Amino acid sequence: MVTELVKPESNYQAAFQALKQTKPSVAWVELVRESAMDRFESLGFPSVRDEEWKYTNLAPLAKERFLPSVAKSELTVQDIDRFSFPETAGSQVVLINGVLRDDLSQTEKLDSIVAIDLFTAIADARYSKLIRNYLARNANYHDKGLTALNTAFLQSGVFILIPKNVELSTPLQLTYVADATETGSANFPRVLVVAAENSSAKLIESFVSAGQNSYFTNAVVEVVMEDGARLEHTRLQRESSQAFHVATTAVELGRGSNYKSTSINLGGKLARHDISVVMNHEGSECWVDGLYVVGHDQHTDTHSVIDHKQPYCNSHQLYKGILDGNGRAVFNGKVFVREGAQKTDALQTNKNLLLSPQARVDTKPQLEIYADDVKCAHGAAVGQLDQDELFYLETRGINPKLAKSLLTYGFAEEVIGKIGVESIRNEVDKAVLNQLHTQLDT
Amino acid sequence: MLEIRNLHASIDGKEILRGINLTVKKGDVHAIMGPNGSGKSTLAKVLAGHPDYEVTAGEVLYEGRNLLEMAPDERAREGVFMAFQYPIEVPGVSNAQFLRLAYNEKQKHHGRDELDPLEFKDLLKERAKVVDMDASFMTRSVNEGFSGGEKKRNEILQMAVLEPKLAILDETDSGLDIDALRVVAGGVNQLQGADNAIILVTHYQRLLNYIVPDYVHVLSNGRIAKEGGKELALELEEKGYDWIVKADGQGGGVAAPAN
Repeated sequence: MVTELVKPESNYQAAFQALKQTKPSVAWVELVRESAMDRFESLGFPSVRDEEWKYTNLAPLAKERFLPSVAKSELTVQDIDRFSFPETAGSQVVLINGVLRDDLSQTEKLDSIVAIDLFTAIADARYSKLIRNYLARNANYHDKGLTALNTAFLQSGVFILIPKNVELSTPLQLTYVADATETGSANFPRVLVVAAENSSAKLIESFVSAGQNSYFTNAVVEVVMEDGARLEHTRLQRESSQAFHVATTAVELGRGSNYKSTSINLGGKLARHDISVVMNHEGSECWVDGLYVVGHDQHTDTHSVIDHKQPYCNSHQLYKGILDGNGRAVFNGKVFVREGAQKTDALQTNKNLLLSPQARVDTKPQLEIYADDVKCAHGAAVGQLDQDELFYLETRGINPKLAKSLLTYGFAEEVIGKIGVESIRNEVDKAVLNQLHTQLDT
Repeated sequence: MLEIRNLHASIDGKEILRGINLTVKKGDVHAIMGPNGSGKSTLAKVLAGHPDYEVTAGEVLYEGRNLLEMAPDERAREGVFMAFQYPIEVPGVSNAQFLRLAYNEKQKHHGRDELDPLEFKDLLKERAKVVDMDASFMTRSVNEGFSGGEKKRNEILQMAVLEPKLAILDETDSGLDIDALRVVAGGVNQLQGADNAIILVTHYQRLLNYIVPDYVHVLSNGRIAKEGGKELALELEEKGYDWIVKADGQGGGVAAPAN
């Protein structure tokens, strides 16, 4: 007897057909979605046989068969108020299960910044050309199954345009709420950010959840930095302990542009973040920093790629990890320095702090250099709390438990301190200490 | 205040202290001198409760209690303070944060009110005058990027905030330039009173020009080989340690590796 196995991928085909009926789009987008769905069907979910997924097993996710949510979420402004930061008042865009909700967003402080539904913007003559040029350009769906899946289900999302020479005074906050109150769904947030020539802004992304059902977030955010643009990008992932979170941030840097990214990964049962920065033009600089904290039964994975394609570009990367319980973390950072990318200055560091003997981290910094006049360094470290430091604190009357918390907090602070918005820094401080089950009045 | 009787201690199975006897009373300033490897830093660390050292014999009474049974943090809250020879850097934790935490732990321990950040700021500002430290040091991470002299001043600032009954200063003078030595010594003198005691661990007599000891004890090979008043330190300055080491039967004055 032959048992036919139903592949999890085919689960999505029916939902995809339904989406085409309910949310038709312009011809080129239909083509992109079709071709992305094709790619997903043949690529499927990544498996541990794939080198890029060696330590992160998505089999439990594939088994769950989450589908895109069809019902409109009941969440109200009051429900989501706790997710907003005071500094971003009047400049908050809210997505629920990947769908932009104008009724829950605040846009009065946006001035000339465009922050609208991506799917709508595609059909808007003012933006269609720009979007067609940039969408799916840096987030490649041809050989990445999860990006293909996100692209196939493009039906809302956010299009952000920071116009030429504009300096955004209020940071823009994107809040991705996963509503898992009634049931868990597959959410596909999609964002395209275009920072036009010589613009300047702060962007905050916050991933949060409501409800305790298991669910799946698969986000793709593309950032295009035109010449001379500056962006400070803070990413805060605090999804529930029942969440599968995978996300891609794909950034392209124009000439002389400046990009600062700080990614804080605290939540999720399984979290994976792929961040890539392509330095396509001369003289750009980027900081790609992050902190991941995993407790018991959590798994987090960061893959970064910094691609130096042109000369005179600098990249700085610092990722720190704190692991407790049987928590697992993966860090894989690649820096490419292409032929001709002379005078590149690239630094990459990954440091991990293990608070428990059961915790485990797999870290792999990689450097591939094809130019000869460059300055590159990378390093990775895994360690425990320093006994001399603990003793020092204890000799000042601080009990051992508090001393450990203080040192752990200090370890994280190097990254947290890079966040340019005070209330977010405080929130992250609190969240980190909470996750470590310690009370430290800072 | 402190009674050390026949104290033996070892590290990794190697005996460093071989029968120390010392009595410290309120208001006393004691100098512990001796060549490198004689055990002076070990004595300081054992009194502070360093986990690497094992006490194999003897006892230490602090205000009538068995000091060796107390954890390092409890010793500190009960008023024992050690200024480190090599103060540790604590990245990411600001000096003010750290000091307030330590201060409040002690307050809590003694059933006194804790101070909030603003109240503590005032106290810190006052105490910082003792070692002439400006406000910028308070927001910087503990000892991170501090010069040698700044680290030592920071130790004395901690002492000023925590107001120990018994302060053990481990080679606080080492590596200091003249001005820093003067500031540090001046700070210690301001903190010294009739109700507390100080043990100065030092290799050289120089510090004792600024902080005048009541008693000088010379360690050699894990034991006190000679004791006297402040004039003994001057004699050591002139004659070196060899004559004591020789008299102690250890010949040659060859120092064991420093610890």
